[in-house]
Amino acid sequence: MKCQELLKMLNEYVDGTVDPAICEEFEKHMAGCNPCQVVVDNIRKTITLYKSGQPYELPVDFKQKLHAVLRQKWKESHM
Amino acid sequence: MVQRAIAGDLDAFETLTSRHEQRVYSLAKRMLRHEQDAEDVTQTTFLSALEHLNSFRGEASFSTWLLRIATHAALKIIRKRKGLDLVSLEEATEPSDNSDKVPHPEYIADWRQSPEELVEKHEIQQLLDEALDRLDEKHRLVFLLRDVEGLSIKETAESLGLTESNTKVRLLRARLQLREELTRTLGDPATQLARSPHRHD
Repeated sequence: MKCQELLKMLNEYVDGTVDPAICEEFEKHMAGCNPCQVVVDNIRKTITLYKSGQPYELPVDFKQKLHAVLRQKWKESHM
Repeated sequence: MVQRAIAGDLDAFETLTSRHEQRVYSLAKRMLRHEQDAEDVTQTTFLSALEHLNSFRGEASFSTWLLRIATHAALKIIRKRKGLDLVSLEEATEPSDNSDKVPHPEYIADWRQSPEELVEKHEIQQLLDEALDRLDEKHRLVFLLRDVEGLSIKETAESLGLTESNTKVRLLRARLQLREELTRTLGDPATQLARSPHRHD
């Protein structure tokens, strides 16, 4: 396996959906290729960081308006 | 809680809204990069959920169901912005997406800190959002649904009206570009790997 082939399989490898035979080849390549090891590690960390990112707070005015609109709509549709 | 709301309990619906509104709003804001549009999408999403609550079958989680409604609403705005009312997102983007070329990593270095240490830092969210903003829209939408919100490839593809293979290509490009950008800031220059003599091809 070459680096470029490994790159194409990155999604499947980091998501754990790669075929076991290819996974073995992937790991064999990485064992002898430090740049690929670091890239895979960087990618995993990138995903972890985004997964644990903070959501935006709703503006207070909008939150109040949203709930008022929903209550009104609920009453209309449950009359 | 969902069953109580379906049975007509307004308090249960309000609780569900409070539980999920931040996530829906954040997704919309990161997709559209516009506060007013994000508010419109959030309101449209919960009004639509209220209206179609009876059709929620529980095949996906309630949050996934909401995120899909929100994505649909956000795509409408994106298409309107582009004047592409009748064109799907897939048709609106160039066919080169399916090419075999994968952008090659340029800056390769270990990060100075672990993600667990980084999330504690106040300025990290800004860095993440700025890097996301620099992605092409078509890559950003896929990354947001798959990696930030945790939808499956299939759910992401269906939400965006893309094929699964196209979704995977876009996801790979998004991940590689974000890795590149974050590593330039978070990487330890002392561990940077020289591209030569290792040609990495």
